[in-house]
Amino acid sequence: MSDTPARFPLRLARAPRKPLLFAAMAALIGLVGIGQSWSLALTIMNLCLISAIMTLGVNIQWGYAGLFNAGVMGFAALGGLAGVLVSMPPVGAAWRAGGAGVVLALAMGLVTIAAAMLVYRRLRRPASRKLAVALVVAAGYFAARALFEPAVRAIEGVDPSRTGYLGGFGLPVVLSWFAGGALAAGAAWAAGKISLGLRADYLAIATLGISEIIVAFLKYEEWLARGVKNVTGLPRPVPYEVDLQAAARFREWAESLGASPVELSSIVVKLCYAGLFALVLLVLMWLSEAALRSPWGRMMRAIRDNETAAEAMGKDVTARHLQVFVLGSAVVGIAGAMLATLDGQFTPTTYHPLRFTFLIWVMVIVGGSGNNWGAVLGGFMVWYAWVEAEPLGLWLMDLLTFPLGADHPLRVHLMDSAAHMRLVVMGVVLLLVLRFAPQGLIPEERR
Amino acid sequence: MEDIVNAVVLLTNFLVVPATAYGCQLALGALGVTLVYGVLRFSNFAHGETMAFGAMVTILFTWLLQYQGVTLGPLPTALLALPAGMAVTAGLCLLTDRWVFRFYRRSRAQPVMLLVVSVGVMFVLNGIIRFVIGPADRVFTDGARFLFTVRDFKAWTGLSEGLAIKTTQTLSVVVAIILVAALFWFLEKTRTGKSMRAFSDNEDLALLSGINPERVVAVTWLIVGCLAAVAGTLYGLDKSFKPFTFLSLLLPIFAAAIVGGLGNPLGAIVGGFVVAFSEVLLTYPYRKFLAYLGPEGWRPDGLVQFLSTDYKFAVSFFILVVVLLVKPTGIFSGRSS
Repeated sequence: MSDTPARFPLRLARAPRKPLLFAAMAALIGLVGIGQSWSLALTIMNLCLISAIMTLGVNIQWGYAGLFNAGVMGFAALGGLAGVLVSMPPVGAAWRAGGAGVVLALAMGLVTIAAAMLVYRRLRRPASRKLAVALVVAAGYFAARALFEPAVRAIEGVDPSRTGYLGGFGLPVVLSWFAGGALAAGAAWAAGKISLGLRADYLAIATLGISEIIVAFLKYEEWLARGVKNVTGLPRPVPYEVDLQAAARFREWAESLGASPVELSSIVVKLCYAGLFALVLLVLMWLSEAALRSPWGRMMRAIRDNETAAEAMGKDVTARHLQVFVLGSAVVGIAGAMLATLDGQFTPTTYHPLRFTFLIWVMVIVGGSGNNWGAVLGGFMVWYAWVEAEPLGLWLMDLLTFPLGADHPLRVHLMDSAAHMRLVVMGVVLLLVLRFAPQGLIPEERR
Repeated sequence: MEDIVNAVVLLTNFLVVPATAYGCQLALGALGVTLVYGVLRFSNFAHGETMAFGAMVTILFTWLLQYQGVTLGPLPTALLALPAGMAVTAGLCLLTDRWVFRFYRRSRAQPVMLLVVSVGVMFVLNGIIRFVIGPADRVFTDGARFLFTVRDFKAWTGLSEGLAIKTTQTLSVVVAIILVAALFWFLEKTRTGKSMRAFSDNEDLALLSGINPERVVAVTWLIVGCLAAVAGTLYGLDKSFKPFTFLSLLLPIFAAAIVGGLGNPLGAIVGGFVVAFSEVLLTYPYRKFLAYLGPEGWRPDGLVQFLSTDYKFAVSFFILVVVLLVKPTGIFSGRSS
């Protein structure tokens, strides 16, 4: 592999490009505000901010180290789970009914892993070692399940239409952003430990698998976060619209601005979210930029551009890859938790690989892999395009098929499936950028 | 004694027969992945969608045939439409290679770059499929539903357990055997097949001995397209056609290819069956089976199921993990680096 040229041809970044592109992005969002509504513009912007953070996480993996993570969806979903576990109030009855059983079963699982590791270390002969480890794991699995199943039945039986799960810790929801990062980092560590050091494709396939399993787990383990029954009404870090409308001072303020209190309250709430998200984005951005400029960042680039040479210089490539993979996944987890906070609910069925894994990839590639500013811009632009393509595509299709007459079957079919065209558009954009502008909108800076 | 026979029939009906049919479908899918890997040296993430595309084209031709009143009697009409589906899918593969993959192959881009590119192809294909046929579930099986039914079997044997074999299951096995036999004959006996294997083993040496790489690549895509169309159609006939499922089929297919050793066609087939049988074995509830074998009137308490069917994808992943940890090159020693 060393005979191939460096994957990222370095070119001088054209300086005025960055502010110009960000200004264009702001103008596009402003256009929605003027053309459609400011409330919608802010909704789009909030999701743009979250997408930008997710893209930043993937860029840490791909842009800094050339690791292909096909499991962004799973790490984002784990972040969402953290939202539930941290912020929802604990369900006392469920804990009393089966909490001890679940905790015991989890402890049993840990004991099994420890025992398997002990057996692995103690026994020397490969054949008996494998057999013993398999036996220990099997015995532990069945023992844990015997404890687990009655406990789960008990928990899910507690007021199933409203709770039927253990609930969370009842802490402020903002803490879940840290917890989401930690959960995702843990899962990434496990995935990376197995598949890093082997060929690059294996990481992609392993992460694809992990994310499918995480989402399946969240869908079917109702005792944990109600599964497909969804958890709604996560507490908010910002005020509620109704409270604002009820406050006399707010109504006075709205009157002085000449706006309706209902509309203004929705805008204020969204602005609060935007402020919080922007703060997180800025902090993460500052950290990533500092990391890129540090000796660590230089080492990562050296590894990315020529693994063999870096290894010869005494760098532990696999360990560095694991490190960067865990860090990037943690950022994705943070973004996932923020998304659940913004939605105010956790719905496992909405996690779809096209939306949560591959669309994020389009963002990274279009924005400019290896450049944090590019990643953020990519997150903004692609999310904007993804959202606005739907009305635009419908309008375009309406225009194109107008001559066919209102109820021509072809027209009806085309109008129905116009929404799917945006997948094609995204794919084509990805392919065109990869082919003709592989550095993306904001190329990696030459350092 | 009769209890034991009943138990065996039960297992055959709910475990062996479905797993065999599923294994054939997975093996055909994994063959496509492994061939692309062997010759073009990247993991093709668009393969699931290629299968879906092939199935879609076959469905469209099936509808056309049904509309004109053409049927195959007891066999599904889709069998008649299959060659058209194969041809169109092979054409699509050649076209994507010409428009997309060739550029990266010629510039000798790293394999992971081709992987990202294949994600783009996946996106486009997914969009096209949803645009043309929509995201809904489609059942396009016609003809006789069963080779023989539970009632027939019970009448012949007088057992209390029945065995049924669906036409689509038989078809999966027969078509897979024919196709695999043809493929191996092609790879082992023909000049083009031999040059393909030579190219896969050592690209530089193959180029030195005058093998035309473009021809090898084109033939590979042709075969991959045909295999994908057949695999997708068989899966769609057996279950139902839903564009969304093919994306999640990617994991078992990759698992099968890696278990057998990436780049090794024989390994892909064995891997397909390993994955299919483990999936069914681990998610089958053994309650009734054990009840037959145990003392009279006794029944196990639970379902005696190792893993809930909700987690069948976890099985392929688990196999993948074990193989990666124990023998990263797979059973038949494909490539790992």
